[in-house]
Amino acid sequence: MNKHTFLLEIGLEEMPARFVSASIRQLTAKVDSWLHDHQLAFESIHAYATPRRLAVLVKGLAEKQGDKEEEVRGPAKKIALDQEGNWTKAAQGFSRGQGVDVADLYFQEIKGEEYVFVKKFTEGRQTTALLPEIKEVVTGLQFPKNMKWGSHQLRYVRPIKWIVAMFGKDVIPFEITGVETAVRTLGHRFLGKQIELAHADDYAEALLREFVLPDPEERKAAIRSQIQHIADAEGWNIPIDEGLLEEVTNLVEYPTALYGQFDERFLNVPEDVLITSMREHQRYFPVKDKAGNLLPYFVTVRNGDHRHLENVQKGNEKVLRARLADAEFFYHEDLKQPLENGLKRLETIVYHEELGSIGDKVRRIKELAQQLGELAGLPNEQLEYVRRAAELCKADLVTQMVYEFPELEGKMGEEYARKSGEAPEVATAIYEHYLPKQSGDPVPATDIGAVVSIADKLDTVVSSFGIGQIPTGSQDPHGLRRQAAGIVQIFLDRNWKVDMLKVVDQAIKLCEKKGLLKRGQEDIRNDLVEFLKLRIKNLLQERGVQYDVIDAVLNTDIGNVQALVQKAQFLMERHSEEEFKHAVEAFSRVTNIAKKTSDPSRAVSEALLQKKEERELQRVTEEISGVMPELLTKGEIAAAYEELKRLTPVIHDYFDNIMVMAEDAEVKANRLAQMTETSRLILVFADFQAIVFHSEVESS
Amino acid sequence: MNVQEMILTLQRFWAEKNCLILQAYDVEKGAGTMNPMTFLRSIGPEPWNVAYVEPSRRPADGRYGENPNRLYQHHQFQVIMKPSPHNIQEIYLESLRQLGIKPEEHDIRFVEDNWEAPTLAAWGLGWEVWLDGMEITQFTYFQQVGGLDANPVAVEITYGLERLASYIQDKENVYDLEWVNGFTYGDVFLQNEYEQSKYSFEVADSGMLFSLFATFEKEAARILNEGLVIPAYDYVLKCSHVFNLLDAQGAISVTERTGYISRVRNLARECAKHYYEIRENLGFPMLKNEGDERNE
Repeated sequence: MNKHTFLLEIGLEEMPARFVSASIRQLTAKVDSWLHDHQLAFESIHAYATPRRLAVLVKGLAEKQGDKEEEVRGPAKKIALDQEGNWTKAAQGFSRGQGVDVADLYFQEIKGEEYVFVKKFTEGRQTTALLPEIKEVVTGLQFPKNMKWGSHQLRYVRPIKWIVAMFGKDVIPFEITGVETAVRTLGHRFLGKQIELAHADDYAEALLREFVLPDPEERKAAIRSQIQHIADAEGWNIPIDEGLLEEVTNLVEYPTALYGQFDERFLNVPEDVLITSMREHQRYFPVKDKAGNLLPYFVTVRNGDHRHLENVQKGNEKVLRARLADAEFFYHEDLKQPLENGLKRLETIVYHEELGSIGDKVRRIKELAQQLGELAGLPNEQLEYVRRAAELCKADLVTQMVYEFPELEGKMGEEYARKSGEAPEVATAIYEHYLPKQSGDPVPATDIGAVVSIADKLDTVVSSFGIGQIPTGSQDPHGLRRQAAGIVQIFLDRNWKVDMLKVVDQAIKLCEKKGLLKRGQEDIRNDLVEFLKLRIKNLLQERGVQYDVIDAVLNTDIGNVQALVQKAQFLMERHSEEEFKHAVEAFSRVTNIAKKTSDPSRAVSEALLQKKEERELQRVTEEISGVMPELLTKGEIAAAYEELKRLTPVIHDYFDNIMVMAEDAEVKANRLAQMTETSRLILVFADFQAIVFHSEVESS
Repeated sequence: MNVQEMILTLQRFWAEKNCLILQAYDVEKGAGTMNPMTFLRSIGPEPWNVAYVEPSRRPADGRYGENPNRLYQHHQFQVIMKPSPHNIQEIYLESLRQLGIKPEEHDIRFVEDNWEAPTLAAWGLGWEVWLDGMEITQFTYFQQVGGLDANPVAVEITYGLERLASYIQDKENVYDLEWVNGFTYGDVFLQNEYEQSKYSFEVADSGMLFSLFATFEKEAARILNEGLVIPAYDYVLKCSHVFNLLDAQGAISVTERTGYISRVRNLARECAKHYYEIRENLGFPMLKNEGDERNE
């Protein structure tokens, strides 16, 4: 069968750079499944994307759908033929329905019964007849933010300027918002011309001649190597931020990197301010020397070629000069007074309508941080730093610099704290209390920073839950999931031996004391525990723990995050051992039968323990109860398990000789009570019933 | 090219694109968008093409004439075209050529910018246009105005005249710009900048301003009840300016701030609704030329 290349290009007014990559992935996936749905065979799909175009090139697309020949079963032979052997009405109806003559009918036996059959041939439709419907793929693309334009009703990422749809050499006709498909595309906005494509295959090459590099990977590689080239030529080190590189790649169609410089005096302004000005506001790459010191240069990527680069350099230098002069001004203004002078103004900034001002929040953070610091056993000197860091942690919100560069919160707090003569421990903790800001960020490195960070995040999560603002689905406006994940990560990182849930309880009590709770404390606590469990679950998944093991450990007390993660890792290691399976069987039998009790609070009566296996189980259970929980708290997971494992032979012995469901009601109740007690002990370690031993258990 | 020539050039250019050349509106305002020739006229189905220079007051940005870039009052060259023409980006770029900026000799980018004016219950999508890294223009497709969906959509192009002039004239300080024939920007506006900044930050009587806000707000509502949308809208603009003065003084706490913004927004919504109804009752008279005056 003949094959051709199919090109679909959507020409747009400049798309937001942050949407380009996801949009082209979506277009590629949708074209792929559209072709499959329409039974059109093809060899490959290539994706192209710039700020002004999303395009796919489908190579080796068949000229038509495959022909189909299928056997269709009709009525049974005894119904299809009358007694004289003539076709009945039923048979005639069937052949008419299938569009064939009765002469084409034949018989075939199925399970001892003969049926009428017909061979039905469906000719595949021509690809060119089907392709105009691919319009639905174009209009069906979903973007995070849509708009309308002109008098059109379509909502789209930006106005559609042109559409190329061609199969081989031929245009595939359709129209969207008044734009008719054509074989005509546009080159670079300023350097290129309009292009009449002779053939879909010419696409990428034709664009390159008109100053468009349509392949985003090629464009990214080009920028990377141009920047490296500048670094090599000048003896610099230019760190490449991958997020920025991706954004710049999607801001230009034809990249040319160049560098400019700024006055050395600006190097007196904190480095983070300079880098933010350059990177976030101007999309420049900051330049460092080999030792990692910032240099008064920057690299920018122009959308165009090397001609008149001096204009571009000069213009960008002028813009940066004005920005840095502003930043320098704010920095010196802020330094005119100590950081703590900002505290008064925090009282006038609303944190949340129902939760008071930032000043109120800071007081809660301070109180909670003090309690957590004590639980963690920090020495008095450090507790003093904790109180001071908590007090000052939001003070930079009212500085001019943070007003201008909100992303520098924390960083400026640290800088200004140092300059105001605060202890270095306090300054560091002010910065650290925002960590981790997003997934992948480090956690606070100091105890003081960790304590304030947890206090701040926990207050945010608990107070939000307290007024019923709980994230659902994609709704998480205050980033509570991220905050809770941060709490878990920090607890995991510290060797405090502090029960996380105890701190949660303290935070709830504190909010209650301040009159902030709109719901019952028990409800809030239950919701919080579930919420934290999900964060721990994600964390375990990221560490490659199997689902069944995750369930097994999450069904225990989650207060000690460190022990919990260690247990999960321990169970992963043992999972494939035969002996482990044997133990799990024993444990599961106990927990299973314990569920049958009608009185879970009944205590075991020693007097009713008639048989030696019962007494042995009781003795071992009590012994282990005295040792194992303590070992878990200390993080000695293997030792704790060795203790628990002592139950295995005892349990097997027990079930070999004893009927739990005894005739005598008292004896039965006592045995169930014993099962319940042993089961509780086992569940302190893990819910072993959740463990699955199929060989096909997937590890995530 | 001096500032005066820039303005004349842009006026001539947009006049040729069938825009009415109108004048700034005589009530204080923070942006050209607030001029009723933009705010009210971008509501409803009637076509509308207009261009004008708007002096825009931002009391909080006042710097006593000491900062080379920040101003109490700057000038916007404002263009509105409804419905938005298919080739509006190309038309805009052509206007830059008229100002002597050849795009191929610079780096011109359309960088995503989502515009929102909370006091006007208005928002739109578009770009800030960068010229060699400097933002020179806001380019916005209105999606909602006064809480009403834009249909058809108007496009708004707002040139920052001082920014653009400082680039064209290669000046570091806005007060050194040549307005015309040896008259500098400083000659014309420096005293204004100093006095208005001093007034906004130090002299304005916040008690009086609070009472003015309440008075203007009440008057706007009263006029709307009489079915007069344009005078009512004047008082909405006055509310907005008084609010900006109070805000610059730090007289409004963050809690109250939201409240004041929503009070202005509610009035703006009412004006939009009334304006639409009045035009509808008139049978949208400017639709009469539909077909021969469409932009597309």
